[in-house]
Amino acid sequence: MKIIVCVKEVPDTAIALKIKGDSPEIETENIPWVINPYDEYAMEEALRLKEKFGGDITVITFGQKRAENILRNCIALGADRVLRINDESIKNRDGLVTSKILAKVIKDIGYDIILCGKESVDYGYAQTGQMIAEFLQISCVLAIKKLDVSPLNKEAICHREIEGGLEVVKCNLPAVFTAQKGLNTPRYASLSGIMKAKKTKIETLEPDAWGFKPKIRITNLSYPPKRQEGKIIKGTLPDTAEELVKNLKEARLI
Amino acid sequence: MSGKEIWVIAEYGEEGIKKSAWEAVSAVRLLSENLKTEPAAVILGNGIGRFAEELSKELNRVYFFEHPLLSKYNANTYVRCLYYLIKEKNPAIILAAATFRGKDYIPRLSARLDCGLISDCIGFEADNGVSFKRYVYGGRLIATVKFEESEPCIITIRPRSFAYKKTGTVNGEILRIVPNIEQQDIMVTIQEIIKETGKRSDLSEADVIVSGGRGMKGAENFKLLEELADVLGGAVGASRAVVDAGWLPHTFQIGQTGRVVSPMLYIACGISGAPQHLAGMSTSKCIVAINKDPNAPIFKIADYGIVDDLFKVVPVLIEEIKKSKKN
Ligand SMILES: Cc1cc2nc3c(=O)[nH]c(=O)nc-3n(C[C@H](O)[C@H](O)[C@H](O)COP(=O)(O)OP(=O)(O)OC[C@H]3O[C@@H](n4cnc5c(N)ncnc54)[C@H](O)[C@@H]3O)c2cc1C
Repeated sequence: MKIIVCVKEVPDTAIALKIKGDSPEIETENIPWVINPYDEYAMEEALRLKEKFGGDITVITFGQKRAENILRNCIALGADRVLRINDESIKNRDGLVTSKILAKVIKDIGYDIILCGKESVDYGYAQTGQMIAEFLQISCVLAIKKLDVSPLNKEAICHREIEGGLEVVKCNLPAVFTAQKGLNTPRYASLSGIMKAKKTKIETLEPDAWGFKPKIRITNLSYPPKRQEGKIIKGTLPDTAEELVKNLKEARLI
Repeated sequence: MSGKEIWVIAEYGEEGIKKSAWEAVSAVRLLSENLKTEPAAVILGNGIGRFAEELSKELNRVYFFEHPLLSKYNANTYVRCLYYLIKEKNPAIILAAATFRGKDYIPRLSARLDCGLISDCIGFEADNGVSFKRYVYGGRLIATVKFEESEPCIITIRPRSFAYKKTGTVNGEILRIVPNIEQQDIMVTIQEIIKETGKRSDLSEADVIVSGGRGMKGAENFKLLEELADVLGGAVGASRAVVDAGWLPHTFQIGQTGRVVSPMLYIACGISGAPQHLAGMSTSKCIVAINKDPNAPIFKIADYGIVDDLFKVVPVLIEEIKKSKKN
């Protein structure tokens, strides 16, 4: 089974971010970068599929040199091959360009199952997996919380999240699955894995000659309006609860 | 862009056209006024003529795809139908709600058309060419995004970002289309829908959300929050600490790696207010925090706070609300 995992590095989710001057970019110096949390579930599911059915795992990221850190961690976890598509030469790319290039690279490698996170927590467009599937003309199931693959029948049954519940869906393979939290509990890398990862050379691809044009562009970044710090209702029960209800009623919230 | 239509693709469920779809209808109306274009709706299904009629009371034109294979939602048939109609009619903008369905087929559609997609928008500005606003970095920043030569431009809007009002005053035409689709177009089939414990769980459309954190101390105590949610006609949510402890399933989680919600009223009980939690709820209209720690960060963004033991506050609160509803 040929398994592909697409991962991305994102700024740590807990830190405050600064906008760089009046550019539409953030300050990226000296901030901690992590693997996109949803991609961790995708990686873990890949490892489980390999344990069950055999095969090999290729992990791809589209990013800067710095992103090699997350690839190394994927080797430590058990990836067979990692690949960085170098984006340092591409000034402007949108999700469409990213997906086109990923689809092209994935096609060359060959695939049975492609796993992505359901969205990245930086831009949060929630589109890469679906677009890759459309470019490759294969199935895509979004935000999965359970995956049962049947390689013999070339199909999979999965649970995908919808508003207010879950859908059980059946799809043909090959397919793209995007991972939602709840799919699994990611493991930690072993010490021997970490040692091995240190020595592995990371392959790099240069996409600059491919010439796809972005269709959308970020023109500005701003900080969201600060919420006014509200008031602490002083006193003791039941007065505090009564006061709260009075306020909510006046604001027509209840 | 003028002269061309702006389309909204309307989503529906068993209960009818979804609230988020009506919000999308309002967004399309607003956009069309600003851009001097005509608004129209697209709806796909089987035996849902009544929904097409409902839409025709709000918009000038409704494209209604009807086919037995459309009786269940499927991304491949949706993309196929929409692709051909878009090629024929050349709309300027296509808009849908950023629901799970919208997120499923819209990116595929945009890839098929090789068109730009700006997803999960919360607003737009129409001066100097239209631009769209959306949250990035888990709500820590807001980005303004523009299209560059994309025909059409595709947008999804975050539920609860646009107010909606049905007018019922338009007498639009309904164009029924029987598409040429086949069973073999379908790559993913829905076998079963498992609903999460009834009405309390549809967080994205709830006006009131009562949310519990680690301070709830155990699964059994969520009965208390359900009771509070019931008197307010709301839904129950949770922090990640609750989900990680196994007290509630992940569908209830609010935050950066859970649902992003924006209700009128959000009541946080025993939640500290970590940045990842705030990412999922800080756009709520009114936030109430109940926490026994006066230094909990949640108080920094709450409109009203009560510093006390939630197990004492919530029962009194339920009684006070019941009382207030009587007068
Ligand atoms: C990558 C990543 C993604 C994450 N995504 C999310 C996410 O989507 N959603 C999310 O919520 N978190 C998320 N987190 C976790 C987040 O950082 C916090 O750990 C989590 O939100 C804490 O949950 P909590 O507020 O319930 O618990 P705590 O921080 O432990 O707070 C419990 C609060 O309850 C109060 N309390 C205790 N007992 C009582 C009582 N009897 N009465 C009143 N108050 C009481 C305490 O004073 C305390 O403030 C994420 C973390 C990471 C690293």
